[in-house]
Amino acid sequence: MIPLPAVEGLPLPTVEGVPLTWYLLLAAGLFCIGIVAALARRNAIGVLMGIELMLNAVNINLIAFWRYGVTSVMTGQVFAVFVITVAAAEAAVGLALIIGVYRQRRTVTVEDLDLMKG
Amino acid sequence: MIFRLVWLLPLLPFVGFALIVLFTNRNKQLSAGLAIGGIGISWLLGWAIAFAAFKQEGLAANPFRLSRDWLPTGSTWQAFGFAVDPLSAVMLFMVPFVCLLIFVYSVGYMGVGKSEGHHAMRGVPAEPGHVDPLSSRFFAYIALFACGMIGLVLADNLILLMVFWELMGLCSYLLIGFWYARKYDDPTKITPKQAGLKAFLTTRVGDTIMLAGIVLLLVQTGSFSFSTIFQPQTLATLASTTVNLPVFGPTPWATVIAILIFCGAIGKSAQFPLHVWLPDAMEGPTPVSALIHAATMVSAGVYLVIRTYPLMAAVENGAALRLIMTIGTFTALFAATIAVAQNDIKKVLAYSTISQLGFMFAALGAGGYVAATFHLMTHAFFKALLFLGSGSVIHGMEHGHHEGAGRAASPTQVRPNEERFDPQDMRNMGGLFRRMPRTAWTFIIGGMALSGLPFVTAGFWSKDEILAESFHTGHRVVFIVLAVTALVTAFYTARQIMMTFFGKPRTAAAEHANEHDSAFTWMTWPLMVLAVFAIAGGWIGISTTFPVLGVLSRNAFHHTIGAMVEAMGIAAEELPFAATPLLASIVASLGGLALGWAVYRAYAAGRFAPGLSPLQRQESTLHVQESTLHVQETTLHVPDPLERPMGRVYGWLQKKYRIDELYGAFVTSTLRLSNWLFRFDDVLVIDPIVDGAGRLGRRLSELSRWSDTHIVDAAVNGVGRVIGAAGGQVRRIQTGKVQNYLLVALVTLSVLLFAFLLMPK
Repeated sequence: MIPLPAVEGLPLPTVEGVPLTWYLLLAAGLFCIGIVAALARRNAIGVLMGIELMLNAVNINLIAFWRYGVTSVMTGQVFAVFVITVAAAEAAVGLALIIGVYRQRRTVTVEDLDLMKG
Repeated sequence: MIFRLVWLLPLLPFVGFALIVLFTNRNKQLSAGLAIGGIGISWLLGWAIAFAAFKQEGLAANPFRLSRDWLPTGSTWQAFGFAVDPLSAVMLFMVPFVCLLIFVYSVGYMGVGKSEGHHAMRGVPAEPGHVDPLSSRFFAYIALFACGMIGLVLADNLILLMVFWELMGLCSYLLIGFWYARKYDDPTKITPKQAGLKAFLTTRVGDTIMLAGIVLLLVQTGSFSFSTIFQPQTLATLASTTVNLPVFGPTPWATVIAILIFCGAIGKSAQFPLHVWLPDAMEGPTPVSALIHAATMVSAGVYLVIRTYPLMAAVENGAALRLIMTIGTFTALFAATIAVAQNDIKKVLAYSTISQLGFMFAALGAGGYVAATFHLMTHAFFKALLFLGSGSVIHGMEHGHHEGAGRAASPTQVRPNEERFDPQDMRNMGGLFRRMPRTAWTFIIGGMALSGLPFVTAGFWSKDEILAESFHTGHRVVFIVLAVTALVTAFYTARQIMMTFFGKPRTAAAEHANEHDSAFTWMTWPLMVLAVFAIAGGWIGISTTFPVLGVLSRNAFHHTIGAMVEAMGIAAEELPFAATPLLASIVASLGGLALGWAVYRAYAAGRFAPGLSPLQRQESTLHVQESTLHVQETTLHVPDPLERPMGRVYGWLQKKYRIDELYGAFVTSTLRLSNWLFRFDDVLVIDPIVDGAGRLGRRLSELSRWSDTHIVDAAVNGVGRVIGAAGGQVRRIQTGKVQNYLLVALVTLSVLLFAFLLMPK
């Protein structure tokens, strides 16, 4: 067991209460939802949202592994923060792109955007 | 030291030439002035140098040389430059001076300062009283010619000499063909254009052989320079080493080279058998004839032999000198006999030139170095005089013809047709003495010098010395032939003078001939100056052993030139006096003149005309000129008094022994042979080779084309097509839809993950 730092006024969090598997299952489910959204949604904003879901599923995994791993090493937490930052940037760029595309073509349907077709 | 300026002498006329050609071609007077100015300064400087050279003792042994290393030959350098010794000093005394007089004469002859005629044509003689439209060019050419001759006598090595020699060859071509557009009605008469070509090609034969000699000399001695070649030990080596010739057996190199070089002189000095060009060279303007036959071109050949005399005489009693003597003697008599039967005033002089040059060569061959040089100089003066005089006569005849025709014919026919009337034909002349006194007096003086009138004229002293030389060296045959030649010379000179100047005019042109035109002012002064030299020129060479007169003489000429011979290590004492050659030359000269006078007196007086008084004949000639029939006019000529007694021989002489025809036949048959050989060669050898090469090339290129289309192109296209097809297949997965890509990535990832999981650890 890894001793957790004690915080005054709060009961000590127990690792045993919720097993790691549950977290992982949640994250997997969330990831699957995200992937379906990203693959199947016709609306570009939907695709973007699916991607956000996948990123967040990853974040859950990171935090969970960190909590059940060596807590003194902060890598998991830091990485999650990075992912959130990147997700924010990505959402900003992605939305800007979508707005740009919409202004040009009056549509955000992903299927219509096949300029890269070879 | 004035010798240092010697390089200016050839340069000045050249500068004149360059200035005329480049800048003053339009201005005929300025051009003439430039040419005369150039040669004039050259003359003054040349005389200054010549007299300085005469005064300087020991110049023969140590000639002044102005040279620098010029031509690298292997490890050594050939020095090129100019040299002054007594021989070139004598030439410097003569050449620029005679050139200058001829230049001055040309001003009158070409009519510089007069207007151009209405129908002035380039390349034909101008109408009387008008300027030749190409006068500037004429002066440029003669200036270049003078440059060539002055350079030649100053050159200190054979190559430089050859360069100037060829320069003169070029100029003679240009000048003989000066009236290049002139055509004659008679197709057998040679035109100036052809004559120029003939002169050039004939002399080229000699020049080529001479070049071979010079190259052999370089190979044997390693030098071109006279001072090196004529070292006694070099000459001794040349004379002792032999070469095995096919027919002649072992021959000393000196003889071989000497004969080869002498061949150049044969061509240039018009000796038999290469003499044919010189009479035809008379087609050039008369000052050119004087220039070529007196001061420059032909004397160049004699000068060359004099200059290379040590080489010629390297072998004691050698074949070279004997050949020179034989050819000279033969040519002297040969040409003199031809001259007897010529009717063209200039042709007579041309053959007399060949004959006199033969005298010089004969003298050289007999060892008469001094005598040959002496005759070269005196001959230059009196022959220039004779030629210029004949030009004056021709000019006067043209004027007379112009006037006569102008009075007789209608104004539209004023321009006389020169093709129909020959102003050079002596049969058309007669009685010019009264009408052209200045020309006549000077011409007669020149003629007397040529025939060697005893004790007075230059020709007597020099010719006498030649005769004495051949007599003393024991060449009796040569002596007799030369004496006979002297007699013939005097005879044809008398004939010429009688036919031209005495008796009664035989045509209207001669009747009206005069020398009042302004052109004659320019033309007669040089004649008078030359006449003085034609007499006084001989006085410097009177032998001190001559009775009575010898006491007064210092024989400066022998003293100067003899030093040259002594410098070569050959003794050059004055010949002892002998009565035989003196008597021979006096008898030959006086006898010839008297004979000529006796034979032609009646002819000149016009007594030969059967059934026609002189007056009637004039009228008939006039009439014929109007009726424009050439044939009739020639038939009117009274037969030459020699024609009947000499019979067929006269015809041979008149036809010049048919040497020209012989050469013509030779050239024609050679041409035919070479034509045939050419055809043969062409059809059977050259053509198949060329055709074969062409065919082979075609085959090869066809093969190349096939391989290009079927191999190279196919490979390139195939690669392209394969890549295109492959690309067509691959492009299908490029849908452009992001979600497809994502799906592919996902599936791939999943597959890889499973594979990873399933992989045995």
